[in-house]
Amino acid sequence: MSTNSPVAAPTARKASLLKRLPVISHFNKSVGLQRGMLVIGLVLTGIFLLTAAFAPLIAPYSFAQLSDAEGSFATQQPPGGKHLWGTTVGGYDVFSRVVWGSQTAVFVIVVAVILSIFAGVILGLVSGYLGGWLDRILVVVADAIYAFPSLLVAIVMAIVISGGQSSLLGGILAAAFSITVVFIPQYFRVIRAETIRLKAEPFVESAKVVGASSIRIMSRHIYRNATRTLPLIFTLNASEAILTLAALGFLGFGIEPSSASEWGFDLKQALADTTSGIWWTGVFPGLAIVWTVLGLTLVGESINDLNDPRIRGRKRAGSGKSGPVPAAPASLEAESRVL
Amino acid sequence: MTVNLGSVSDRKNPTDPPVLEIDHLKVTFATDSGDVYAVNDVSLDVRAGEVLAIVGESGSGKTVTAKTILGLLPETATSGGAVLINGNNVISVSASKLRQIRGRDVAMVFQEPSTALNPVFTVGWQIAEGIRAHSGGPDGKRVSAKEAKARAIEALGKVGIPDPEQRVNYYPHQFSGGQKQRVVIAAALALNPGLIVADEPTTALDVTVQAEILGLLRDLRDIYGTSIVLITHNMGVVADLADRVVVMYRGDVVEEATSRVLFAEPKQDYTRKLLAAVPHLGRNSASEGMTQRAHQDGKVLVEARNLTIEYPGRLGSPSFKAVDGVSFTVSEGEVFGLVGESGSGKTTIGRAIAGLNRTTGGSLKVLGYEMLNLKERTFKPLRKDIGFVFQDPAASFNPQLTIGDCVAEPLIIHKNPTPAQARKRVAELLESVQLPASYAERYPHELSGGQRQRASLARALILNPKLLIADEPTSALDVSVQAKVLELFKEIQGGFGFAALFISHDLAVVDILSHWVGVLYKGKLVEQGIGSQVMGAPQHDYTKRLIASLPVPDPDEQAKRRAEHRTLLGI
Repeated sequence: MSTNSPVAAPTARKASLLKRLPVISHFNKSVGLQRGMLVIGLVLTGIFLLTAAFAPLIAPYSFAQLSDAEGSFATQQPPGGKHLWGTTVGGYDVFSRVVWGSQTAVFVIVVAVILSIFAGVILGLVSGYLGGWLDRILVVVADAIYAFPSLLVAIVMAIVISGGQSSLLGGILAAAFSITVVFIPQYFRVIRAETIRLKAEPFVESAKVVGASSIRIMSRHIYRNATRTLPLIFTLNASEAILTLAALGFLGFGIEPSSASEWGFDLKQALADTTSGIWWTGVFPGLAIVWTVLGLTLVGESINDLNDPRIRGRKRAGSGKSGPVPAAPASLEAESRVL
Repeated sequence: MTVNLGSVSDRKNPTDPPVLEIDHLKVTFATDSGDVYAVNDVSLDVRAGEVLAIVGESGSGKTVTAKTILGLLPETATSGGAVLINGNNVISVSASKLRQIRGRDVAMVFQEPSTALNPVFTVGWQIAEGIRAHSGGPDGKRVSAKEAKARAIEALGKVGIPDPEQRVNYYPHQFSGGQKQRVVIAAALALNPGLIVADEPTTALDVTVQAEILGLLRDLRDIYGTSIVLITHNMGVVADLADRVVVMYRGDVVEEATSRVLFAEPKQDYTRKLLAAVPHLGRNSASEGMTQRAHQDGKVLVEARNLTIEYPGRLGSPSFKAVDGVSFTVSEGEVFGLVGESGSGKTTIGRAIAGLNRTTGGSLKVLGYEMLNLKERTFKPLRKDIGFVFQDPAASFNPQLTIGDCVAEPLIIHKNPTPAQARKRVAELLESVQLPASYAERYPHELSGGQRQRASLARALILNPKLLIADEPTSALDVSVQAKVLELFKEIQGGFGFAALFISHDLAVVDILSHWVGVLYKGKLVEQGIGSQVMGAPQHDYTKRLIASLPVPDPDEQAKRRAEHRTLLGI
């Protein structure tokens, strides 16, 4: 009976921080088709993010530029020559506007999702853990927002926030806030459901027995366990945020072309062009939306599948390169070694 | 009814071809951390009319072996070797052939009867499903719904469901747990398979119900000549039912012998250790030789008088009395064992003492504080004097925190120590539960079940509580681990001198630890007394029945007990 002799850990130690990051750990877990989907999604999303980051370098002109040293741009120019993807009826360069539009999209996604995550997580934790009348009121409010068509809520919020006018920051924030309002109930519900489940877990009860305060239990025990699905909702919601933003712009509640570039707004402007055979003003912003949404959705769906051990694909046993692992670290031996 | 005590040898005819033959079976699972060899090399055979028990602790590969017999392994598994049932190799046959074998040649009885039955169909339909699925093949004629139902009624009658003509139209929720297991067995019997694989068929059931189901399985063997592969971790069940025993450990067969030989003279070290770890009622009792209740000179820490706890019913239905007029006391330094079957209210009492449940009537004084109308704010200072050990060590630790953080939590909440002080105290505590201090840095999933339960004990003891409540602390552990945890518990209780309320469904375990034992039945405390006296000479009818139902790990003794049990029940 040698006490205090450190025994080799029954399972591997925690992998390095880098390998535990959400997307990277998912990539390492994936095989076959699931990995293919994830990689395609990551590539599409990566290109989108890079475009946003380096928009000033990539775009030949500014998003609101109508002329250069050689004079005003010709309107409705087909793709080619000076204007890679042509120009719009107003004389904007389509390529530049699509590139700059990615920046607006990233900004709106980040602001909208961060705001809704914070509000949704806090409300969900409090509502789920404390329960009672507060919970009931919050659930009713969340359901009421759910019952509204989300676009309608977004439109109302856009009007309330910006009064229909929009500067660069005002427009982006208006769009972001309106998306936030639509998304808070989603985060709220997910976190609340997780909290209610975790509330009955023995480790939460053991904290209660020990005398931990509600705030301590929520912040230390429930919060970290309840938010593990957030990267997934984040990626799925990001694509929805883009669609909502585009819809707002398309309906005219977005951002003025002079303050920022926005794909939905460009699509709306291109509506009249389609009948006259001018395809390039609509196709490129439209493709940009499809590209981004597809990328984010593929990433989100792949993460969703990989998070579920029942759906996750694995290499067949006996074919892997990884060395064999003896059956379950049997307790008996570990026990007797410790004793 | 006659009791079959006859030996196995006269029934077994060596020239008969075996019903089931497993030859060098090997099963590998693909997991995230590489391949896991669940079964390395298992060979065994089962003859007609024989009960073969496969025993082993968790992770020994016994359930995987059982599932292979029916071809029920998940997609991530790869199997090699041969499993022959009536000449068909289950591993290599086509899916349609496998479907024919299932149900007709071999059937399965699952552990949890309430999940094995589909709640939206009548039991008759579920039994008939198997019958109809096997009719209308190339060799058989279609079975009409009426005929299938008639056969379902016959099967229900066979397994001892009263009024099978009526009950065949009942839904699963209208049956009790034991009856549901009978229905599952009836469904398995519907096509008269030569072999039944029973995977822990009594683990989810109470001891008194377990005794009935074991009796039923024995009758199947004796009357219908069905062979049974019994997968279990319970040595008492093995002693009660099995003709031959295969002991598995880490995917390998360690020992194979007839039941009587195995229990009398185990050959392998592992089997010997395993058998020694099984708690045996009446041996190693904590209250051995006591004539009066110990520790009565100390302060009374818990005093329940007519304690009643009700759970509110749904709208329109009356509330449910989980605890009904219970009175008892726990004094300083005393270990009070609370036994009872599921639904007896034992856990509710434990939780009420810890302030996790509210009491609704009578009086419950914990450390002098009246728990009726409990106010968390006024009760909180007393919490440092109460420790709680939960049933499932895997779930009672926050998976995101290290063991050190978890163990230190009570200290941080009540004493506000510096990190260095906390670390020092955690190290001391881990040492006293015989864990290396370095384990404080580990995460809960990196510890084995027994180690986690020790850490759980360390957490409960870090503030030197006066009272410890242990709710089924060993029922999630393997026997060998359980034995060590119990020993540790006993040792620490002696050292620290705290009073304990030890809650368990296992009489033998309670007897090992407790000085004073209370028996709960349907919310009422039917009997209490010195442990060895309650176990040795029970007074109340229910206690008598409970103790008689408990199988002991010794085939000869168990056969005697079984006979006594039958006379007690008046069969």
